[in-house]
Amino acid sequence: MKENKKTYWKGLEELTNDPEFVKNAEREFPEAPSVLGGEEGSSRRDFLKLMGFSLAAASLAACEAPVRKAIPYVNKPVDINPSIPNYYASTFASGGDYASIVVKTREGRPIKIDGNDLSPINGKGVSAIVEASVLSLYDKQRLTGPYINGEKADWSSLDSEVKSKLASAGTVKIVTNTVLSPSTQKALDLFAESFGGAEIITYDPVSNYGIRKAAETSYGVQGLPTYHFDKANVIVSFGADFLGTWISPIEYARQYGKGRKISKESPTMSRHFQFESNLSLTGANADYRTPVKPSQSGLAVLALYNAIAKKAGAASASGAAVEVAHLDQAANELWANRGKSIVVSGSNDPNVQIVINAINDLLNNNGATVDFSRPSYFRKGDDDKMNKFVADLKAGRVGGVVFYNCNPVYDFARGEEIEEGIAKAKVSVATNGSMDETASKVQYIAPDHHYLESWNDFNPRSGEYSLSQPTISPLFDTRQAQDSFLAWAGDDSNYYDFLQDNWRTSLFENQSETSDFQEFWDRSLYNGVYSVNSESSSVSGDLDISSAATAIGRTYKADNPGTELAIYTKVGIGSGAFSNNPWLQEMSDPISKATWDNYLTVSQKWAKDNGVKMVEGATKKAKITIGDKSLTVPVLVQPGQADGTVGLALGYGRTKSGRVADGVGVNAYALLDASKGFTNYDITEGVTVEITSDSYKIAQTQTHQTYMGREFVIQEATLADYKEDASAGRYKPQIYKEGEFMKPSKVSLWKGHKYSQHHWGLAIDMNSCIGCGACTVACQVENNVAVVGKQEVLNRREMAWIRIDRYYSSPEGSSSNSELERAADNPEVTFQPMMCQHCNNAPCETVCPVAATTHSSEGLNQMTYNRCIGTRYCANNCPYKVRRFNWFKYHDNKDFSAVNVAQNDDLGKMVLNPDVTVRARGVIEKCSMCVQRIQSGKLTAKREARKVKDGEINTACATACPTDAIVFGDMNDPNSKITEMLKIEENTTSALKEVNEERAYHVLEEINVSPNVWYFTKIRNKEKTEA
Amino acid sequence: MSIKRSLSSVPLRISTLVMLFFLSVGTQVFAANPDVSDAEEAVAAGKSIFNANCRTCHRLDQKNVGPALRGVTDRHSIDWTKRFIRNSQALIASGDAEAVAIYNEYNQLAMPAHEFLGDDDLMNLLAYIEYGDKVDASAAAADGGSGEGAAAGGSGVPSEYLTIILGVLVLVLFLILVVLGLIISILTKYLNTQKLEEDDEQFINQKFEFAKIFKSDAFIIIVTTIVIALVAKTAIDELYTIGVQQGYAPKQPIAFSHELHAGQYEMQCQYCHTGVELGKSANIPSANICMNCHMHIQNVDGKDGISPEIQKIYNAVDNNQPIEWVRVHNLPDLSYFNHAQHVAVGGVECQTCHGPIEEMEVVYQHSSLTMGWCIDCHRQTDIRAAGNEYYDKLVQLHSDSKAALKVKDIGGLECAKCHY
Repeated sequence: MKENKKTYWKGLEELTNDPEFVKNAEREFPEAPSVLGGEEGSSRRDFLKLMGFSLAAASLAACEAPVRKAIPYVNKPVDINPSIPNYYASTFASGGDYASIVVKTREGRPIKIDGNDLSPINGKGVSAIVEASVLSLYDKQRLTGPYINGEKADWSSLDSEVKSKLASAGTVKIVTNTVLSPSTQKALDLFAESFGGAEIITYDPVSNYGIRKAAETSYGVQGLPTYHFDKANVIVSFGADFLGTWISPIEYARQYGKGRKISKESPTMSRHFQFESNLSLTGANADYRTPVKPSQSGLAVLALYNAIAKKAGAASASGAAVEVAHLDQAANELWANRGKSIVVSGSNDPNVQIVINAINDLLNNNGATVDFSRPSYFRKGDDDKMNKFVADLKAGRVGGVVFYNCNPVYDFARGEEIEEGIAKAKVSVATNGSMDETASKVQYIAPDHHYLESWNDFNPRSGEYSLSQPTISPLFDTRQAQDSFLAWAGDDSNYYDFLQDNWRTSLFENQSETSDFQEFWDRSLYNGVYSVNSESSSVSGDLDISSAATAIGRTYKADNPGTELAIYTKVGIGSGAFSNNPWLQEMSDPISKATWDNYLTVSQKWAKDNGVKMVEGATKKAKITIGDKSLTVPVLVQPGQADGTVGLALGYGRTKSGRVADGVGVNAYALLDASKGFTNYDITEGVTVEITSDSYKIAQTQTHQTYMGREFVIQEATLADYKEDASAGRYKPQIYKEGEFMKPSKVSLWKGHKYSQHHWGLAIDMNSCIGCGACTVACQVENNVAVVGKQEVLNRREMAWIRIDRYYSSPEGSSSNSELERAADNPEVTFQPMMCQHCNNAPCETVCPVAATTHSSEGLNQMTYNRCIGTRYCANNCPYKVRRFNWFKYHDNKDFSAVNVAQNDDLGKMVLNPDVTVRARGVIEKCSMCVQRIQSGKLTAKREARKVKDGEINTACATACPTDAIVFGDMNDPNSKITEMLKIEENTTSALKEVNEERAYHVLEEINVSPNVWYFTKIRNKEKTEA
Repeated sequence: MSIKRSLSSVPLRISTLVMLFFLSVGTQVFAANPDVSDAEEAVAAGKSIFNANCRTCHRLDQKNVGPALRGVTDRHSIDWTKRFIRNSQALIASGDAEAVAIYNEYNQLAMPAHEFLGDDDLMNLLAYIEYGDKVDASAAAADGGSGEGAAAGGSGVPSEYLTIILGVLVLVLFLILVVLGLIISILTKYLNTQKLEEDDEQFINQKFEFAKIFKSDAFIIIVTTIVIALVAKTAIDELYTIGVQQGYAPKQPIAFSHELHAGQYEMQCQYCHTGVELGKSANIPSANICMNCHMHIQNVDGKDGISPEIQKIYNAVDNNQPIEWVRVHNLPDLSYFNHAQHVAVGGVECQTCHGPIEEMEVVYQHSSLTMGWCIDCHRQTDIRAAGNEYYDKLVQLHSDSKAALKVKDIGGLECAKCHY
């Protein structure tokens, strides 16, 4: 057995043992709980008065129960039964982000979104944004009807005015984000044609124009390549955050997860190199990560090309030499895995992408892991065209402009210019669903339905189709944008018929499975997806990179003295289109663990040089200036940040999105560089950052709930060690009793539980957990978890039932503080989902004075809110710190109505899960292992007089996980996946199962609380010596 | 879940039954077609078919939505009857005079087709129609009439008599006290007129000093204790009833009578409460379910015109305005209750919790719906494990125990079974 001797820490303050951190870590709850509104404390006399009054009021109120109504349908729809959910396949698409989904509805209200298992793209996985998008349906900020010049209007007058004015407006331009829908495209084309061939301009808030352009240059392909990370043994990424935010992250995470599954029988996994400036989610998962400045990144790609070209005997390209660690190793391994490797880059520079294409071609990856023959259409944005449009608009050359569900005033680099230009157009129209930055500037707003109210089709990839269908009747007087386009084009058919006709002619007639269109349509709609089979093949093209190399040589420098800014997108907020969603705002960022903010990420060296010290979120603001634009943002010291660079996230600084997001953070779109013909996210010149004297607090959750210095929470090994010994990296504590050492589980005060029917448990594979946080939002939606807002997060009172602990680690042997800090410049990262461990010897259960938390006969640790009196003894006694206390009444409380919209608005409340209680003030809550789902699954089995089938009951977190890192199941069922994973040979009724899987461990095994949640060691695909 | 009457009415009912049986043997003689079997098995088989398919609209001896059926084989040929049952619409469409006559007589109300019934099934059904449950109608009528009296009566002395007897006793005792007091005062007066010795005089006129007793410590302690105990008991009892709405019988927007529908017409509960075996909610029926019958039944007791109560359903449907019933059974949000678990899996009768619903003119909350009430039932109720594979392992593990497998034995008392 080889224990690992790394040092783990959750934040820099823990690493440096800051006194403030130590003080807070010892306290379960922060000192002096603040009172909402006003600081004046209330006296004891007031308290007694209030108590007396409320007691009297309560007894009076109890005399007469309120009359409650039971209102049935007048005409009950056949397929809706109250209290029984219905599921509909649909599709999420926004700005080119795509997911095929299944929507759970209750009594006609969508309440939860899961991935569609039948989808070949995202499968059952979702992302945080997709998961949270259901709340945006119930957003009060949505427009309730059409507007003309800021006044509410009706549809008929809007239609007639728009039609007549556009006809006489002259040049009409239509601006849109990526349109994945062929039928929508057709409707748009019809609309464009009827106004003299209006030009359709596509841009994306997060552009991947460079890849599109390169695909066109190299292969003449229109679209992005389709990537297969699952088929790659070696993955090299230059700044592409493909697990978090890049193009189609759910799909890539799903593929990546397959390559990271490891077992004793097949001890192989992919090796992942990442070269990047900001520490991204993908970089955090890499086996080898090298911080690289944006100014060097093009040269690094060129260097890799040259290294591989040398091996392949191809001509090398000229470029300045650049020293990048692990680059040679990457080249060697790529070469050794030709056809089974993949190289990607997140750069939006077409020249860099051309070199990437050439590298993949040399490696025979073209057609194997990078497929141009079946292109993906997730990003169709053309930055060049968009820039020309902005110029035209500014010059007043555009007579009429129509914005189709896009918000370029906010989310395009030249938003200010567009804002000015709109006023110069004779007619301006938008179909945006809310009065956002762009819609508020136009004359006519014809608000579109929310996507959950709409019909549509999608073609995300050559040969792959999907449909979306309404899951609720329109809440407001909105109209599907496609219907608006058809109406304005003078076509009076409705879009549903239009869509069906389109499918009839384009898809139904080219298939031979069925001759009945209705059957074909119904099946496609039921499945949500439809595939046309086609073979993938390699595409040959012109791979001369000399001109690209020359351009790279001009743009990139091996040694740039100035500060560089790398603008990125966060996993939770993305482009900012959904930023008015409090679930996403409060989701802690996977890396920085910050909520409700964007910030300038800086390296430790920079912080030291500039005298910034960050403790528990307290930091300084800095002023960042690029040319004539400047922003003042808080600074966040980020281990892993490339020296000489700073990072800033997009998607914040909204001004017209609504009460949740307005004024949160700053708008980084304004800093983007559009001068090169493509939207440039890496600003390498003219960046100055000055520290101001303003103090600021960033609400980070990272250092909350620590383990008080207990070690071996994270257990990990290298692949080389694992191959030698499957239990490598495991810490096996021994307890001394009566002359011998034994496992902690052999010594117990307790008799132990008996689980005669079920024994629920979770198995969490830390090797495939990428930390994306989809599970945390899924849990929030499923379990009605309250949003508490920034101030309460600062007070360490976030309510999350499942959190992803992000640990940094330094290599063994670094002991002195200075060594550790150096290691922290580029630390290894481990993610550990942490929720109630459902201990068999639960410390919380024994200390509850009112037996509000008890153990079930199925292994669950139950929390009974109506019994809880709020002593918080249980939270104090929980070694995992997973119990959360309701400091306030978060529902129906005006103090929280701006953040906790799902429990305060009449509209927002429609998203609540009716099977889960909304908790009151003063009670503890925690993960229930989705007991409502367990109960409902058991009932289904009982009603059908059969046993529960493995997989039919699943927790929300496990369902959402794109990489299957969380597995839920019955450890008493010999055929369940969890039994197989844990290698339980005897499914006894005992609570203590003999688990034979070497990688499986309990967090804090030495205290023998005997959890029902098992973790699998993290394996890094590194050489042995480097552990 | 058939409708069961409360036990208290059983003796009465049996006697009526016996009486009516003799009556009916004497008077009700049907000349059933001799081809229809009167074998017990056939009647039993027919009964289940009848209950499953016909009962919603038909009775044997009583006109309901459709005609009373007994004697049908006498009125029509067996072959015709079978064709009519299988597909009455086809028969009507073919212009069959008998079929058209019936169709018109019953407001042109279409009877659903029963093509799935085989020949044997139909013969069994006819056997039941002719020979089954002969006292069906009269028993129902008798029961309807005697229901109220029987419900009030119990075994032994009725409770209001007990109160009267006690009252009379108290009155008698009080009179005796008064009489005794009078006697004492008369005797004292008489003795005071006589010359007596000082001792005797003192004895007669001695003052009883209540004040002393009132001031004694023992008295104060006893009284205080009693008062505190009484106040505490009352307070605790009262506190326990907070939120308990037992007996709550709000006025409903439509004077819907369960006594009429479930009692007299013996309609199945599930006919209206469609969700009871599917999920958590039993469902208050939507107006379209009411309309299944009330398309045709527009008034009660054969009166002409539209009953004002039934008119309310029509208004709801015409205006697309749902009927706002007042909820009678209100569980707090913190507890989760699922009808399907209890009814479909556990086989619990509706009446177990909802009481004699078929006797309720206005629905009231029969049970207390407190947690203690839930738990008591979970302690006493056996698991209906037979034929349900889900319970096999639990039954096997429990087989050592002599006691039956109760809900409490499989976690039925755990918090997270109802609270989450």
